[in-house]
Amino acid sequence: MSTTMNPSQRRAQAGTTEPAWVRYSLIGVALTFMFFFLILPLAAVFTEALRKGFDAYWVALQEPDAWSAIRLTFITALIAVPLNLVFGVAAAWAIAKYEFTGKAFLTTLVDLPFSVSPVVAGLIYVLMFGAQGWFGPWLQEHDIKIIFAVPGIVLATVFVTFPFIARELIPLMQAQGNDEEQAAIVLGATGWQTFWYVTLPNIKWGLIYGVILCNARAMGEFGAVSVVSGHIRGQTNTMPLHVEILYNEYQSVAAFAVASLLALLALVTLAIKSTVEWRHACELKATADLPPERP
Amino acid sequence: MSHMFRPTRVLPGFNITLGFTLTYLSLIVLIPLSALLFKTFTLTWDQFVAAVTGPRVMASYRLTFGASLIAALVNVVFGLLVAWVLVRYNFFGKKVIDALVDLPFALPTAVAGISLTALLAGNGWVGQYLEPLGIQLAFNPNGVVIALIFIGLPFVVRTVQPVLEDAEKELEEAATCLGATRWQTFTRVIFPSIAPALLTGFAMAFARAIGEYGSVIFIAGNMPMVSEITPLIIIGKLEQYDYAGATAVAVVMLVISFVLLLVINALQAWQRRRTGAPA
Repeated sequence: MSTTMNPSQRRAQAGTTEPAWVRYSLIGVALTFMFFFLILPLAAVFTEALRKGFDAYWVALQEPDAWSAIRLTFITALIAVPLNLVFGVAAAWAIAKYEFTGKAFLTTLVDLPFSVSPVVAGLIYVLMFGAQGWFGPWLQEHDIKIIFAVPGIVLATVFVTFPFIARELIPLMQAQGNDEEQAAIVLGATGWQTFWYVTLPNIKWGLIYGVILCNARAMGEFGAVSVVSGHIRGQTNTMPLHVEILYNEYQSVAAFAVASLLALLALVTLAIKSTVEWRHACELKATADLPPERP
Repeated sequence: MSHMFRPTRVLPGFNITLGFTLTYLSLIVLIPLSALLFKTFTLTWDQFVAAVTGPRVMASYRLTFGASLIAALVNVVFGLLVAWVLVRYNFFGKKVIDALVDLPFALPTAVAGISLTALLAGNGWVGQYLEPLGIQLAFNPNGVVIALIFIGLPFVVRTVQPVLEDAEKELEEAATCLGATRWQTFTRVIFPSIAPALLTGFAMAFARAIGEYGSVIFIAGNMPMVSEITPLIIIGKLEQYDYAGATAVAVVMLVISFVLLLVINALQAWQRRRTGAPA
């Protein structure tokens, strides 16, 4: 894989790689594809946002409705991510550390929200809490609004981001096994101490990874939130919904200005994700380089 | 069974974590999803069939499944290519490209939708060169396929990539020593070992594409019978306060996604058996 090879290495590699022209054309085709499908759309967001210059961009972002959309997006993520974090850790602990009947089925159910269409995810909460829904009349009597209000948006977001953290932690904790935790318990640690000082340091990268992916989806969710939000400007519009409204009103610069914030969020997410992967790989390598513990 | 497993339960917290998991799962996922089924039961069988087989709904199934299938197939080809290039070759900017593969996971779908539309519309960066040639990629079913390719790409790359990384080079060396050409080595040695992962990636991209809404509705043009996807049919029925009709179509989609989820689980189990490693 190294770029500097002596002739014998090169001969040895001849059997497991392709001629140079094949290599370069494959790289060329792959990069062209990536350019048109990933880089160009990303670049388009920023150029469209700045089409009328920085001033128009700033004006678009300072609009009160844009601000309230940004605020609502952050509030939603701030509620949904911690809820799914607690769930993810609890589910991973139960599923990875113990054997019980129905475990495989439970794991499938945890994954279920990933395969449900976002629109269906929104619909199920309308059927529960909407005016015609199960709890609709009761909620109306007590003057509680869930659908077309913030709680519905939070619920739909919790649903679509439900598996992110659990899914990241379950395989990780399964691979790590129970030995270290059992040792801690035998040495007299409480369950909470064991989790805090033994398990958590072992799963921290997986946890961060899960949290940032969960957060990206929570802030960017469109379909599910669109069904339950009611699109009330300044009140129940998250950033993606605000982008849609502006776009449909042909306010292209304003729509792309808000979209550019979401694109920045995506880039930050990718940067953190790559850093986490890199740090994790470094730690794995450091552990592998240690002398074996047991003879 | 509790006798059998008691020795492994040295660790505390089983009851509370499992209890919390089941409660939260029921409250957020299972009970709301069951609302969907109960709502459907308010329809008679004939009403249900009428709701899910109307001409406009049937046209939307054809578009959703057709476009998802084409997009997933394109992703299999290019996803494999991208994964291969990232694992096997070195080139400038490889780390950045590798990180960018996940962009469709991280970029909100609405942003992807308006951005692809801006590119492919008649006056867009790409669209302005295609329109004189008579190629229209936005506001018709082509646009749906393109949005779904964008959405599905990381699924194939990220399932194939680790398998390619773990592939044993010794097998390829052996194939070469035994006189195989590089192409034979690829088709007879490498491809069979990554086929399960490729199929899993295909199924995941396909499943995601079927439910996708945000990126598609901006670029599709949403013409009834032509470029209207099934999730949009649900939205349309909801806006007309046809809750039962919306629910009926949603149940069809839910059943399909559940079947796909089981297929994906089976594929992953097959892949684990093939590679013999916990993946």
